[in-house]
Amino acid sequence: MSDHTPSCGEEQERCACAPRRRLLRVALATALGAGLATHAARAATDDPSKLPAATGDELAFASWEDDPRSLTPADVVLNAAPLSVYPRDPNSGVTRENARLNQILLLRLDPATMDDATRARAVDGILAYSAICTHAACAVSEWQADQRQLICPCHSSAYDPAKGAARVSGPTPRPLPALPIKQVGDTLVIAGPFSGALGAPAT
Amino acid sequence: MRVLTLVLCCGLWGAFSAVQGAAPAPYSAVTAERLTHPEPGNWLMYRRTYDSWGYSPLKQIDTTNVAQLKPLWSFSTGVEEGHQAPPIVNDGVMFITTPRDQVLALDARSGELLWRYRRELPADLFQLHPTNRGVALYGDRVYIATVDAFLVALDARSGALIWQKPVENYLAGYYMTMAPLVVDGKIMVGVSGGEFGIRGFIQAFDASSGESLWKTYTVPGPGEAGHDSWPGETWKRGGVPVWLTGSYDPETKLAYWGTGNAGPWMGDQRAGDNLYATSVIAVDVATGQIRAHHQYHWNDSWDWDEVAAPLLIDLPRHGRTIKSLVHAGRDGYLWVLERSAKDIRFVAGTPYVKQNVFTKLDPESGRPTYDPTKVPRSGSRAEFCPSLWGGKDWPPTAYNPDTGYLYIPANENLCSAFTGEKAKYRRGELYMGVPFAKIEVLPTPAAREHIGELQAWDMKTGKHVWTTKFKSHNWGPVLTTGGGLVFAGGTNDRYFRAFDANNGKILWQQRTNSGVVGVPTSYSVDGKQYVAVQSGWGVDAQRKQDFLDQAFGTHTQVPQGGVLWIFGLPEASQEHRP
Repeated sequence: MSDHTPSCGEEQERCACAPRRRLLRVALATALGAGLATHAARAATDDPSKLPAATGDELAFASWEDDPRSLTPADVVLNAAPLSVYPRDPNSGVTRENARLNQILLLRLDPATMDDATRARAVDGILAYSAICTHAACAVSEWQADQRQLICPCHSSAYDPAKGAARVSGPTPRPLPALPIKQVGDTLVIAGPFSGALGAPAT
Repeated sequence: MRVLTLVLCCGLWGAFSAVQGAAPAPYSAVTAERLTHPEPGNWLMYRRTYDSWGYSPLKQIDTTNVAQLKPLWSFSTGVEEGHQAPPIVNDGVMFITTPRDQVLALDARSGELLWRYRRELPADLFQLHPTNRGVALYGDRVYIATVDAFLVALDARSGALIWQKPVENYLAGYYMTMAPLVVDGKIMVGVSGGEFGIRGFIQAFDASSGESLWKTYTVPGPGEAGHDSWPGETWKRGGVPVWLTGSYDPETKLAYWGTGNAGPWMGDQRAGDNLYATSVIAVDVATGQIRAHHQYHWNDSWDWDEVAAPLLIDLPRHGRTIKSLVHAGRDGYLWVLERSAKDIRFVAGTPYVKQNVFTKLDPESGRPTYDPTKVPRSGSRAEFCPSLWGGKDWPPTAYNPDTGYLYIPANENLCSAFTGEKAKYRRGELYMGVPFAKIEVLPTPAAREHIGELQAWDMKTGKHVWTTKFKSHNWGPVLTTGGGLVFAGGTNDRYFRAFDANNGKILWQQRTNSGVVGVPTSYSVDGKQYVAVQSGWGVDAQRKQDFLDQAFGTHTQVPQGGVLWIFGLPEASQEHRP
């Protein structure tokens, strides 16, 4: 620490710093912007497997599942643990599985157990929600069968799928976004946008 | 440096506006020689030295004056979750990291922010372990391993991005939280993801170009030694992450890395020893070849990662000096091994907390025999002690060469139970073989009295010396110093403490903003010694707190949000010190 640069007095600042402001701004921009552009290339993708869900997409099992294919209503069993599925472009056949925010939980409940708004959205008891927890963006991968609750394993947030996936307990700030679906022939198809923003805000 | 000096002296940007003549010295390049023999006042890597002692020789702050220690400055990171990174200091310039992979450079004396790197993480990223454990320094660069599985090189003077190299795909459950290990111009990292069906590895990159030099899987593939310890295809998703910085022996040029749990957690889904899970491996830094290994326990079913790197200590044993590897295991045993260029030999294994799984150790190999009723399996429940977070989890131990003691941040009186089930693989999702709801934490009756401990073990004799107990569990990484002190936080009451290294007596404590799960360090600038630590509770400390609150019916509030604290003696009390 012997080679300290002397501090700028007011005189020095006036004479030395003013002409170099442009250089300084460049330096600051470099320092401030260092992290901001790093993922721009990854974010701006035209990879169809990373694009968000679109109205008209089918619902499908991902490529790493035993039987990757579009599902039929019969795949969704009453009161069983939710299926983990992704949107699939019916034209290209591409499953949009390379973006976690696209993961969807599909389950079938008795409409008599649902509140009115949820029942109105159900297709023969089948409901679709975002699988991504609105607290810290973990996948809501656990099913509490007795109470029919969706559980996030990261911080134990619990959601009630019969009541619009409203929070039952835990730190989650808001429900899981619901996804409107409809039956077209023997497939389940996305009928509109999610009811809210997907995922969680960065902290 | 000239640009940075201009920035500082002119103070045009808000963050610099308060600077009045506190311009730092020019940045000192970090060389292989300096990493091997750091100056006493510097802390250039995760545990300061390659032997992973966590020891600073500084002694201005000592047992006689530590009671006067005062906060000198602090810095709020603006980030929540687990602030575990050590403040790493190179000739007056400090580097810390935060969750979400921010890197901050500060003037280590004045606390002025020099620059801040904010990483833009993918919008769909989630973090089972939202933390980062610090930077590595080499040349005039700063390296960070990121939670979206990139290795990033920054300009140490400006924070400007020099390059970033993808290490693996975060969508498949790979992420990185460790401080990289730098040896001879190679930047080495390991990957996390033992709960996600990854196949673990260590990879080395050229410090200059970022080019990959070698990649060594911790789960051997077909044709490789140890592959037959995995049945069928289980090796492909066998886990064995490496998520803490390794140690390094410059004499043999071997790096010693601890390895994590095999996956899924239930051992009966991958019957066999599962090399090199829950082991220490000796990796030839030049080639990446695994030259030797020792598996602490085989076919892990308790999530007892043994990722903490062993400490390299010369110890007297049976009339000669052995080059040892010392590891306080998550499995609750204090392990002493002997290392050489060609092998690793078992020396001793002693439980340091109550452990009811091992019924005996083979006296030659150290291989434990298990009580089968304590081994969780798919479809059945088993209780075991210590808990899944073990006798200690990741927080590093420290070794003080003056006392000859090893300091262990331990947790006693906690057990766990798992009820296993067949794991189903879904890319990027939990692949544990235990539903989250079937993970139990079982405090023993004595846990109401105390859980957390700081233990001291005399490594010359292998005997326990003292224990200081805490009612709270303990997640506090340990620092020890030439001033005869041990520093650690880790309790849920937000204290950061100084202990007498000889007897464990608490000599000083400071209540902080949050719980201290950060690695403390000590450094000096212009002859003045400082102690530095980040306070920012989160990750598994909070997760464990939630379990304990559930068990005890309590509602413990440990506020989150990271703050860097810098402590030192008031000017008057240090003047009469030599």
